[in-house]
Amino acid sequence: MDQSPLIPKPFRLGPFVVIAAVVGIAAVAFAYTAGWLSPHRLTPKKLVAGLAPPGGPALGHRRNHAKGICFTGTLNANGDGSTLSKAQVFVRGQYPVVGRFNLATADPNAADAMVRVRGLGISITTPDGQEWRSAMIDAPIFPASTPKDFYGLLTASASKDPDAMKEFIAGHPGFLTFLGWAKSAPWTSSYAEERYNSLDSFLFVDQSGAKHPIRWSLIPAAQPVPIAPGDLAKRGPDYLEQEITQRVSASPQRWTLVITVANPGDPTADPNKAWPADRRTINAGTLIVQQIEPERDGPCRDINFDPTVLPSGITTSDDPFPAARSAAYSRSYNSRTAESSYYPRTDAGAKQ
Amino acid sequence: MTTARTRFTAPQRLLHWLMAICILSMLFIGVGMVSTVTPKYLTLVQIHKPLGIAILVLVLIRLTLRLIYGAPALPAGLPEPIKLAAHLSQVILYALMIAMPIIGWAMLSAAAYPVVLFGGVHLPPILPVNPGLHTLLWHAHYYLAFAFFAVILMHVAAILFHKLVRNDGVFETMAPVLTHDRSE
Ligand code: HEM
Ligand code: HEM
Ligand code: HEM
Repeated sequence: MDQSPLIPKPFRLGPFVVIAAVVGIAAVAFAYTAGWLSPHRLTPKKLVAGLAPPGGPALGHRRNHAKGICFTGTLNANGDGSTLSKAQVFVRGQYPVVGRFNLATADPNAADAMVRVRGLGISITTPDGQEWRSAMIDAPIFPASTPKDFYGLLTASASKDPDAMKEFIAGHPGFLTFLGWAKSAPWTSSYAEERYNSLDSFLFVDQSGAKHPIRWSLIPAAQPVPIAPGDLAKRGPDYLEQEITQRVSASPQRWTLVITVANPGDPTADPNKAWPADRRTINAGTLIVQQIEPERDGPCRDINFDPTVLPSGITTSDDPFPAARSAAYSRSYNSRTAESSYYPRTDAGAKQ
Repeated sequence: MTTARTRFTAPQRLLHWLMAICILSMLFIGVGMVSTVTPKYLTLVQIHKPLGIAILVLVLIRLTLRLIYGAPALPAGLPEPIKLAAHLSQVILYALMIAMPIIGWAMLSAAAYPVVLFGGVHLPPILPVNPGLHTLLWHAHYYLAFAFFAVILMHVAAILFHKLVRNDGVFETMAPVLTHDRSE
């Protein structure tokens, strides 16, 4: 080098332009990746905001399925699921369960008879330290075919434009199948009489590494007794929680875990499309709900029943929902846990 | 702590550049994943966790090497405030490289998520489940990530300044190959 670093050099602009360009390009690339330059990107934030009622979300509560009650119990696996998945949860044995019965509404104070869809969140842990979480509903299909369509549905149903829903339905006839179920399927007066469905398709991976596209359901042992929504309303706004508490304290409630295996060509990427009724099913065991606890200090309160928390032996499929749900549930969880001062809890931490 | 060497040792240089790539990837993966609902979300999350833990392991090795081998002295003619800034920025970068992965891991623990690295391999929780702790750590992970990116940009700007304006040999201390006719 001809110059000593100690002797000041004449000022040159070039290097500063290079430095500014490097820093500037890096900053813009970062902003682009973060979505700040793409206001049309469907973000978890937008999707979750779309669920909020006109007055804004109920702070401290789940952004959807906000009304619910905790349960604990076991999954008694019979070993038959092991032909499809190597997960320990299918090996014959008894595994502890934490779960939550819930109503598909953003309002934690909604009256039971006002909410058509009921759900169940479940977390099953096995001795190998792995965990399987799932959030399922009683509808046989989902109202939308893709997360984007679901966002479209939320936007249309919140819209002040009287034609918004008509336009949505015209563009998404699959919604009519859901509407058909919502209008015609009988209501029941108990969480214990509902069948809960994964709707989303996943892949079971067996010992040999082979992948099997499947869906699963929990089928109640209790006989469903139909009730008109008007009669349910007469029993009080929180009847379902009172009923399940009494029912379980009188005797544990059971569901059969049924795995349905897809035939080649069945629509795995679309939870709005049911699979034909004759598909092969496997009974993998029994869910036994042994105890009900209120949500406020219960073991389900601080759990996010993220459907992508899966043991090795189960993976996501080409169904785009689990990814979108995981992103949205995480956003909802972050918000509600940060708002815990608004939540009517009675002690500081959750029981584990 | 300084050494008479004019360059960082080869393992230190290797770790610096390997980790630079990993950390920049982590920052982009992080902001990318929390802004999408497409299946990319899951792929990015599945990279973010193990890569973050790998960074934690690597930075502990790097810190040990730094304590053993030290660093080449900064150029004698460098003004004192700049020397101080250089030292301070190194301390901050090390602190962030260690803190970010631990905060990520602790944040998932406090939220009752299993910390799955790959397949059946998962880490134990390092905190009890607690919404208050989760919120604190979640905010820390978020704000420190942006601080990290800002400090890296300053670091890069400073190094380019040394190279392009002063050409005082600071870049050469870390250059992967010799770009300057000095010898070890
Ligand atoms: C893109 C579509 C969907 C979005 C944006 C969405 C959004 C949400 C959100 C934000 C929560 C609250 C999460 C929390 O704070 O823990 C939630 C809970 C729930 N979701 Fe979804 N959901 C979607 C699809 C589905 C599907 C397909 C099903 C059923 C098969 C479902 C069933 C449930 C159930 C049962 C819960 C309650 C879980 C619990 O007890 O914590 N959701 N959903
Ligand atoms: C992406 C994240 C980066 C981190 C976390 C980082 C961190 C560090 C740290 C802690 C040191 C002190 C030496 C040591 O103990 O290792 C250092 C030195 C150095 N870095 Fe980086 N670095 C990053 C990226 C870069 C980039 C992109 C460049 C290229 C322009 C660069 C060039 C240098 C040079 C030349 C040195 C030696 C001079 C000094 O000690 O300050 N670094 N870096
Ligand atoms: C050097 C290490 C790390 C860096 C630089 C980093 C960086 C980031 C960034 C930039 C974000 C996005 C923040 C936002 O925009 O909201 C993020 C989010 C996240 N990181 Fe990390 N991270 C690191 C390590 C880890 C580790 C080790 C874990 C877990 C094992 C982790 C778990 C997460 C999670 C779960 C999120 C999503 C947070 C949310 O729910 O909003 N990170 N990280």
